[in-house]
Amino acid sequence: MKAIWVIAKKEFSTFFDSLAAYILLVVFLGLSGFFTWLYGSDIFFIGQATLQPFFGVAYWTLFFFIPALTMKMLAEEKRSGTIELLLTKPVTDWQVVAGKFLAAFLLILVALLLTLPYYITLNFIGNVDHGAVWSGYFGMLLMSMAYISIGLFASSITNNQIVAFLLSLFIGVFFLIIFNVLANSFTGDTALLFNYLSLSTHYDSISRGVIDSRDLIYFLSLTFFGLLLAETALAKRNIVE
Amino acid sequence: MGIVVSNLTKKYGTQKAIDNISFEVKTGEILGFLGPNGAGKTTTMKIITCYMAPNEGDVKVNGISIRENPEEIKRNIGYLPESNPLYYDMPVLEYLEYVAKLQNVPQPEIPGRIKEMVKVCGLDVEKHKKIGELSKGYRQRVGLAQAMIHDPEILILDEPTTGLDPNQIVEIRKLIRELGREKTVILSTHILPEVEATSDRIMIINEGKIVADGTAETLRKQAQGTEVLKIQIEEAANRDEVFSALMNLDTVDLVDPVPDNDFAFLINSKENISSRKAVFKLCVENNWVLTELTPLETKLEDIFRELTTK
Repeated sequence: MKAIWVIAKKEFSTFFDSLAAYILLVVFLGLSGFFTWLYGSDIFFIGQATLQPFFGVAYWTLFFFIPALTMKMLAEEKRSGTIELLLTKPVTDWQVVAGKFLAAFLLILVALLLTLPYYITLNFIGNVDHGAVWSGYFGMLLMSMAYISIGLFASSITNNQIVAFLLSLFIGVFFLIIFNVLANSFTGDTALLFNYLSLSTHYDSISRGVIDSRDLIYFLSLTFFGLLLAETALAKRNIVE
Repeated sequence: MGIVVSNLTKKYGTQKAIDNISFEVKTGEILGFLGPNGAGKTTTMKIITCYMAPNEGDVKVNGISIRENPEEIKRNIGYLPESNPLYYDMPVLEYLEYVAKLQNVPQPEIPGRIKEMVKVCGLDVEKHKKIGELSKGYRQRVGLAQAMIHDPEILILDEPTTGLDPNQIVEIRKLIRELGREKTVILSTHILPEVEATSDRIMIINEGKIVADGTAETLRKQAQGTEVLKIQIEEAANRDEVFSALMNLDTVDLVDPVPDNDFAFLINSKENISSRKAVFKLCVENNWVLTELTPLETKLEDIFRELTTK
């Protein structure tokens, strides 16, 4: 457990050393702020005290930003050989993957915490549905967890950051859109299966304020499965036929 | 802490990188690992440090198998990998602290250990810089510092002196010698004088097999077998006379005239006998002035070449 935390702290400070964190935070806050308050179907256009416009934007920005965060996490270590240094210390493959996951998750948490002023401002404007806001944030966090684990898996199977980035977008598109489309174009059990696999279905139901254990299990198992695959990809060096 | 390697085999695809090798390293021994590129040195080291699993065989460190408890073994090993990978965007001190924490050095001891490593490895001037800004020699020192930060019982150094200038090489060799008094050290290199300067024992590995194992002296004896003397004589009347006189000595097996010099000869003695005394007496009896009498040693280079180019 201590090793996970040591790795997470190092990764977290690397984000801030390399400017990546600042760029991500500024662009994330800029984009979401712009579309929440100033442009398009913003809060004033809708005329309701709701954070729905914000969640709508964050939904897509995180989809692109998380792969950008995770793409180098394992791919770069493998390319530069530092993974050998790390794994010959008394840490397990799982601790490495979990530490990196935790670091990315903390950064997303910081990004979302910095949007809390939106919520506070909104409180002054009108009557906010507090439940909807909190469940919206909760859904964002769960979705981020799933994306991070997908991103780490993509990063674990290649030495090339760009490949890792594109691959995690590719996998992400399946969960976000394609499974949903497939669910609509099939009927019966197949439709149910795709509907269950679709990330957007589960996200929608949580962001509506319905926190169902099925959705929780979906996100947690997707996260766990992604991390497990990433660990397996790291442990591949140990496989002997 | 000793290391016992038994029947280790590692295949990459169908190619055997190391082929059924067994050896033992005792506590306080410095083992120099020699071999041409691709001989299997690095692979062996990667297996001992629990980075890769072998196909067959086992490694035991202090009686613990790499298959049972790799975490415990890793705790006792300091490892400098071959290409010395480092996080270039991290400052030196921060990096050493990170490694110390990963190695479970107790929190209160960390500043002291870092200070000591900075001193031992001569990093004081550069300690606040980012690793990426350092020259190759300093990076190598950072690599050594991170390997020793937790004061490990075993040090495994894969080509520790590459990229260092001659002064630094001398310092690092001295450091390795000092460390080797209490610790078990395995170092690999293809610089031959380096193993002679640092190691108690030399192991030559070729195509995944151990081809020689012993101290520098035993290796020489094995390779040479018989004594070879180079002599030079002045003021002798006749070259042929000298030649035949030498040939008639009991201890001499073969005499080779040296091409460019009329009165220089290479004398091969018979097995396990030295001809030095006999040659000297012969010269005295005939009033020849003996100006040179040098036993020719087989150089480590020659042994290495002979063993690894077949």
